[in-house]
Amino acid sequence: MKIDFELNGKPVSVDVPGDRRVVDLLREDLHLTGTKEACGSGECGACTVLVNGESRLSCLMLAAQLEGKSLTTIEGIGQGKDLHLLQKKFVEYGAVQCGFCTPGMILAALRLLRQNPRPTRREIREGISGNLCRCTGYQMIVDAVEAAAEEIGDERA
Amino acid sequence: MSGREARVWLPGSLDELWKIWSDAPDAVLYAGGTDLMVRRRKGGPLAGSDLICLERVADFREIREEGEEILIGAGCTIASLMDHPLVRQNFPVLTQAFKVLGSPPIRNMASIGGNICTASPAGDTLPPLYVMDALLELRRENGLRRIPIREFITGPGKTDLGPGEVLSGIRIPRLPRYNLHHYEKVGQRNALSISIAGLAAIARISAERTIEDIRLAWGSVGPTVVRSRNIEKALTGKPLSSESMEAAFPLVDRAVSPIDDLRANARYRRILARNLLLRLPFRGVHP
Ligand SMILES: Cc1cc2nc3c(=O)[nH]c(=O)nc-3n(C[C@H](O)[C@H](O)[C@H](O)COP(=O)(O)OP(=O)(O)OC[C@H]3O[C@@H](n4cnc5c(N)ncnc54)[C@H](O)[C@@H]3O)c2cc1C
Ligand code: FES
Ligand code: FES
Repeated sequence: MKIDFELNGKPVSVDVPGDRRVVDLLREDLHLTGTKEACGSGECGACTVLVNGESRLSCLMLAAQLEGKSLTTIEGIGQGKDLHLLQKKFVEYGAVQCGFCTPGMILAALRLLRQNPRPTRREIREGISGNLCRCTGYQMIVDAVEAAAEEIGDERA
Repeated sequence: MSGREARVWLPGSLDELWKIWSDAPDAVLYAGGTDLMVRRRKGGPLAGSDLICLERVADFREIREEGEEILIGAGCTIASLMDHPLVRQNFPVLTQAFKVLGSPPIRNMASIGGNICTASPAGDTLPPLYVMDALLELRRENGLRRIPIREFITGPGKTDLGPGEVLSGIRIPRLPRYNLHHYEKVGQRNALSISIAGLAAIARISAERTIEDIRLAWGSVGPTVVRSRNIEKALTGKPLSSESMEAAFPLVDRAVSPIDDLRANARYRRILARNLLLRLPFRGVHP
C-alpha cells in the first residue's frame, strides 16, 4: 500500500503493508530508532509520537492511518548537538538514566507545553501519566519539564 | 505470516464505508484501535485480518443538539469529548469518567463507540451512560435502529451488534433535574488502571439535602454494569447522609456479583461496591 505523509516536516512516500504498525515502519523500514517499543500494548508510552500535533501510540497505530497526516518523532525535535530546550533540560536535571522512556517522555511533555505553557507540577504529572519510567522515579522529569516551561515563559515575556 | 497482505481501508463517509464493507464483508472494524490492536497482536485470532478504520468517517465525529437530546458520534475520541462544552455542561458524570480513562495518548486515540462495543465490565464510560439511559443508534446499509445501552450490552465482551451493523451515535437526554453528578473508579494506581470497581451516580438533591431522585450504576462488579431500581427506590426520600448510604448496603450486596481476577478478589470488590456510596454525601451539589 502506498502511503503519503509528512515526516518531521518533510513529505515522504512509503510502500508497505497497510497494517504495518507505525513503530515498525519507523524503526525497521525508515531506520528512525529514536522511537522505542517496550510493552507493545499501549501501557508504557515509550512509542509515543505526535500525529498532527497530538500524542499517539505508534504500537497501536497502523501505517495506513498516516495517509495525509503530519508525523513528528523525537528525531524531528532535536538531534546530536542541536537539542530542543526540553531535551537540554532533561540532560541538565538528570531526567535521563537508561533513556528508554526519554523520547516518549519528551514528546508527551512537548504536547503538554503546547497545550498548557504554564502547567503546575500536578498538571505535568498528569500530562506524562501515559509514560512509564523505571529508572528516575519521575521527580527529575517533572523538574526538567517545569524548568523548560519557566524558560519558555521567560522568553515570551 | 499469512500469504496475502492484510488490507486496510479508511472510509471518509458512511457511503464509502458501505461500499468497502460489501466488497470485503470479512473485514474487521476499528476506530482508535486501543482495544482491537492489543487483541490483533501476533498469533492472535485476528492477526492478518483485513481492517476498516472508522476514524475518518465524518458522520461519526459529530456532536450536536437535537431538541432535548444531545447526539454524540460514536467515533468521537475521549479527548475531544472531554473538552467539548456541550458534553461538559450537560453530562458532568461522563466527563468525570473520561478524565480517568487510560492516559493522555489513549484518550487521544480511543473512541466512545469503541468503549461501548468492547463491552468490558470495567469500561469507564458505561456506568455513566447507564445512569443517563443513553440510547444507541445502530446503522446498517439500509436501516437505523435505536436501542437502550442496557439492552445492547448482553454480557462481558458481548453486544447485540448484528452482522453488517455499526454503532453510529449515542443519544443522551439532557438531565437538568440532576444537580449531583459523580463518577469514581478504584484502580491499582491513578493513571492507566483498569477499574476494580466503579460507581456512577446522578441525583436530584433538595435544598434540605433530601434525595428526591437518584440513579446509580456500578462497573466491574458483575458481568455487565449493575443498575438497581431497588437501591434507587430505597434511597429516594432519604437524607443525603452516610447513614442513608449504609442502610442501603444489604441491597448493594444483593445486586452485585463480583468475581476474582488478577486485579482484585470478589470480597474486596463487594466491600468497594458498598463503600463507593459513602462518597456521595461529600460531593458538591449544584443548586
Ligand atoms: C493502556 C490501555 C489503557 C486503557 N485504559 C482504559 C480505562 O482506564 N478505561 C476503559 O474503559 N478502557 C480502557 N482501555 C480500553 C480502550 O482504550 C477503550 O475501551 C476505548 O474506548 C476503545 O476505543 P477504540 O476506539 O480504541 O476501540 P477499538 O479498539 O478501535 O475497537 C474496539 C472494538 O469495538 C469495535 N468498534 C469500535 N467502534 C465501533 C463502531 N462505531 N461500531 C461497531 N463496532 C465498533 C471494534 O470492532 C472492536 O471490536 C485501555 C486500553 C489500553 C490499551
Ligand atoms: S510500546 Fe507502545 S505504549 Fe508501550
Ligand atoms: S530513564 Fe530508564 S525508563 Fe526512564
